[in-house]
Amino acid sequence: MVLKIFFPSCCSSAESGVLVGRWISEQSSAVILAVLHFPFIPAQVKQYLSEVQRVTKVGVSVLGSWSNSKQEKEESLSEFFQDLGIIFSHEPWIQISKEGDSKFWSCSTLQKHFDHPKEEEIILVYYDQRKVMLSHLHPPLDMAPSADHRADDASKLAAIFDTVAKSKVLFLTDRYDEGPIKLTHWQSDGVEASILVELMKQASVPACMLLTFLLSLVSGVCRSRVLKLWPLSFLWSKLSTCEQLGHRLQHLQVISSNKKAQNQAQLMRKANIFVSLLIDVALGVLLVSWLYRKNRIGHLADTLIPVADHVAEELQDLLQWLMGAPAGLKMNRALDQVLGRFFLYHIHLWISYIHLMSPFIEMILWYVGLSACLGLTVALCILSDIIALLTFHIYCFYVYGARLYCLKIYGLSSLWRLFRGKKWNVLRQRVDSCSYDLDQLFIGTLLFTILLFLLPTTALYYLVFTLLRLLVVVVQGLIHLLVDLIDSLPLYSIILRLCRSYRLAAGVKFRVLEQQDGKPLRLLMQINPLSYGSVVQTYRLPTYSCYPKDSWTSLCKKLFLGELIYPWKHKGEKQD
Amino acid sequence: MEERRYRSASGVPIALRCLQHSASCRELAVRCPRLQLRSLSAVTSAVWLAAYGLFVLSENSMVLSAAIFFSLIGLIIYLHFVKIDQESLLVIGSLGIQVTSSYASGKESTTFIEMGRVKDVVINEAIHMQKVIYYLCILLQDPGDPQGVSEVVPLFQSSKPRLDCLIEVYKSCQEILEQTKTAPQSN
Repeated sequence: MVLKIFFPSCCSSAESGVLVGRWISEQSSAVILAVLHFPFIPAQVKQYLSEVQRVTKVGVSVLGSWSNSKQEKEESLSEFFQDLGIIFSHEPWIQISKEGDSKFWSCSTLQKHFDHPKEEEIILVYYDQRKVMLSHLHPPLDMAPSADHRADDASKLAAIFDTVAKSKVLFLTDRYDEGPIKLTHWQSDGVEASILVELMKQASVPACMLLTFLLSLVSGVCRSRVLKLWPLSFLWSKLSTCEQLGHRLQHLQVISSNKKAQNQAQLMRKANIFVSLLIDVALGVLLVSWLYRKNRIGHLADTLIPVADHVAEELQDLLQWLMGAPAGLKMNRALDQVLGRFFLYHIHLWISYIHLMSPFIEMILWYVGLSACLGLTVALCILSDIIALLTFHIYCFYVYGARLYCLKIYGLSSLWRLFRGKKWNVLRQRVDSCSYDLDQLFIGTLLFTILLFLLPTTALYYLVFTLLRLLVVVVQGLIHLLVDLIDSLPLYSIILRLCRSYRLAAGVKFRVLEQQDGKPLRLLMQINPLSYGSVVQTYRLPTYSCYPKDSWTSLCKKLFLGELIYPWKHKGEKQD
Repeated sequence: MEERRYRSASGVPIALRCLQHSASCRELAVRCPRLQLRSLSAVTSAVWLAAYGLFVLSENSMVLSAAIFFSLIGLIIYLHFVKIDQESLLVIGSLGIQVTSSYASGKESTTFIEMGRVKDVVINEAIHMQKVIYYLCILLQDPGDPQGVSEVVPLFQSSKPRLDCLIEVYKSCQEILEQTKTAPQSN
């Protein structure tokens, strides 16, 4: 089988020594992690490597020899390296030698168990140690479900990434250390430590504890018995602002927990929630500062009452139109007048109620607007709730119209069955034939005719109010979609993909470097970053998303029958 | 390194280049024809003439600036996301197969499939619009079922070479794949 040697590009100019790394025999590949320089004592080297193996659980051993000679090939060293091969006894013993500044190295292997050296092809793959160590390999999305032992042989690359990532402890030794072991590998050139970052790290633990304490207080208050009384609990469940605040509270609890993240997914989730909260609050504060400058909120409150009046006037005009001959249709005059007057009276009540509230509107709005500081999503939810409150009369009209229409439809269908001599059997849930008396038939037919001729009027009122209600529902749905988008977008992952694309790896790509006859094949292994779509799909934050409850056909059926529709369902809501 | 001329399924001339880097590593690149200046200027002048006609009708100069803006954006999007200059296949025995598409703006999109996941490379037939065309594809192994195929990855989708070119590529790939399949048995 072809022998593959993964060589770190940072060791290309290292002094002569022995190669330290991991040998993966199933793939016949050697992952070189570092070069150990002369002079060393083999016993100490073996002891050091067994310690590293114990800590990292990676099978690190001495794999071969590396000679970097500035002048012509030195004969004595080759025999020395062969002796080393006997001391460290690794099968196969890899020998890499570089002459001067040449790019083309010669590699050979020594197999002790065979008398004749097999002409095995060798592939030399260069890799960037720092990037491979820091990156996280994402398996293809279709392979994720099969997470059993077969996944081991499925991805050989994962083994290589794993090896380098787990050997972090090996990379901690510094080249300037005075010890018995001198290694060359990737070194961090020192981390620039700023005082602010250090202070933030020190302050984060007490800050987290304080935040946890405050959050436990808040959640304790929320769970108290007082707030669970019937009218209040109904109100909280209907207002979307409360749900959004509860959702954000959960997020804060996730961030402020002092358990360290176990794996990559949890760490990314915490980071995403943190950045999302930060951006949300920043946008909210920006919005608040814009609203309160030049007293825009006062102007908004001043225009609110005229807008509500205008809407009520438009509704009155609409009802007058319906009470006449709408679109040229001829209505039943008596029923028309009754329904029209009934709804007009409601609008009159609504306008009086709004005018009663008008002195307090500005103050309420001023204080409610301040709560937009908690985040842009909260502001959008408040907007959606204000729309719901202002169009409450449309909702009431829709309910009245729908109930009336629904009653009429059920009555009609039942009397239609009587007309044909059939009956609905509740026990058997089917239609049976039935013999009626003459009186029953007479009354039934009379009622059927009355209901049938009154149908167009009721149906028209129902249609008009349903359309208005659907308009309001669509507007609210759009606002909630926007809130959902802000809630679930993994901003930290997207920024990471933009700035440090090697951290999120979908795979690798190979580039063929210059070749020379007789020398092994040279390849450069680079990290292939994840596409933006996969980043969003993998790291999406779960939300209490609102999605349509019914398919189109069931929605149309409900509309036709006059059942009340609540098109958006929130996850976790009780089914009614 | 030779370059041979072939034709694509729709008749445009394409060129195939074979590079042998080593005994078990081969690169096969199919080069599509470049963006023609003729077609580019034809499309641009058509769009701008239409915009000028709208401007004459509506007396609104926004139409002209919108037309310029959209034609620039459209050109950039076309060069960066749609126009593929070269599609190449790098077969490294015992490592895997790498498929690269290079776009006209210089962007390269690469996918690497490990040799353990590759079941075979075959030429398949497909019905495309009103024609039946041949295409080369990689069959991926199903981890649960040794005889099954979990996915089919079609190659050279933008250049669509004809059967003679595909046979060349197929033969080169199969030589290397055979080496890989027979090598473990000799160990």
